[in-house]
Amino acid sequence: MNNFVNLWSYLSTTPLLWLTATIGAYLVAEKVSERLRNPPWANPVLISVALLSPILIFTNTNYGTYFEGAQFIHFLLGPATVALALPLWDNRATIQKSVVPILCALVAGSAVAAGSAILLAQAFDLPMNVLLSLAPKSTTAPVALGISEAIGGIPTLTAVLVILTGIIGAIIVTPLMNILSITDWQARGFAAGVAAHGIGTARAFKVNPIAGAYAGIAMALNALLTSLIVPILLKWLT
Amino acid sequence: MLQTLGLLLGCQLAGEFIARGLGLPIPGPVLGLVILLAALALLPTLSSSLRPTIQVILAHLSLMFVPAGVGVIWNLEVLSSDWVALLVILTLSTVLSMLVTVATFIAMKRLMMRWVK
Repeated sequence: MNNFVNLWSYLSTTPLLWLTATIGAYLVAEKVSERLRNPPWANPVLISVALLSPILIFTNTNYGTYFEGAQFIHFLLGPATVALALPLWDNRATIQKSVVPILCALVAGSAVAAGSAILLAQAFDLPMNVLLSLAPKSTTAPVALGISEAIGGIPTLTAVLVILTGIIGAIIVTPLMNILSITDWQARGFAAGVAAHGIGTARAFKVNPIAGAYAGIAMALNALLTSLIVPILLKWLT
Repeated sequence: MLQTLGLLLGCQLAGEFIARGLGLPIPGPVLGLVILLAALALLPTLSSSLRPTIQVILAHLSLMFVPAGVGVIWNLEVLSSDWVALLVILTLSTVLSMLVTVATFIAMKRLMMRWVK
């Protein structure tokens, strides 16, 4: 028993333990999601968080200790954001073909996504740091975290809000568009990408390939636009 | 692979340099994205050598959100006091944004078609 305590007190302070735990939890989460046939609510990120959280709480691990291991994964968000340039470049012909609808819908949708979150947060009387964490919720997580940090939000809260937004968007997009009898796959996919980033895009790809391509374009363009638009909206609306 | 990683990090570093240097509120990696896009426009052959590594990175994008997502357990007081408001806001805002996006897209598409005729 004493040996185990000694071993634990050693392992729990090395980055190796929580790095391995994070990757392990994600691999399990991916398998679970696949088994359930990837429904939008069984998101691998959400399952990973649900698996890791009780362990971290039970072992009384603080954020600094966890992050010492997890930072190696977290760091990759930066290069991954840069990497989004490639899908955007690959889709340049499609973008050129319908550049006016794409740009207009992007600006309108992105402004409403961030602006409505800011206004609703004020209506619900939420604290300022929560409002700032909410504002970039519709853009892809690495960008949203960067924006949240830059404007004074709580990046970890933003991460969860971004994932929840994606899940909510992925669940409602198909029924919503069907109720409105919108049959234009380009428009449907684009809306999923603007409002619900990567999780919405993954959903769109499952429903229709054209919708998926347009969702991907919307997500990448919105990553660019949200970081420009959020500071302006904050100045106007708060 | 190493070249691609070096290029991605280089773009991010340049983006960070410009963002911090000019005091812009844009995250460095987003400027890095723009820089890489410009590099691709100048040198289109670059795309095929970048593709294998970038495909691997983007296929595992979800994993990279986990550390930040786990951070929520150290923010539970915010979530527990405001979770109803947050869920209502997220749902309303997502629906509104989808409706405006889809309406604008279809309206502009029709307008462009009429214009072309």
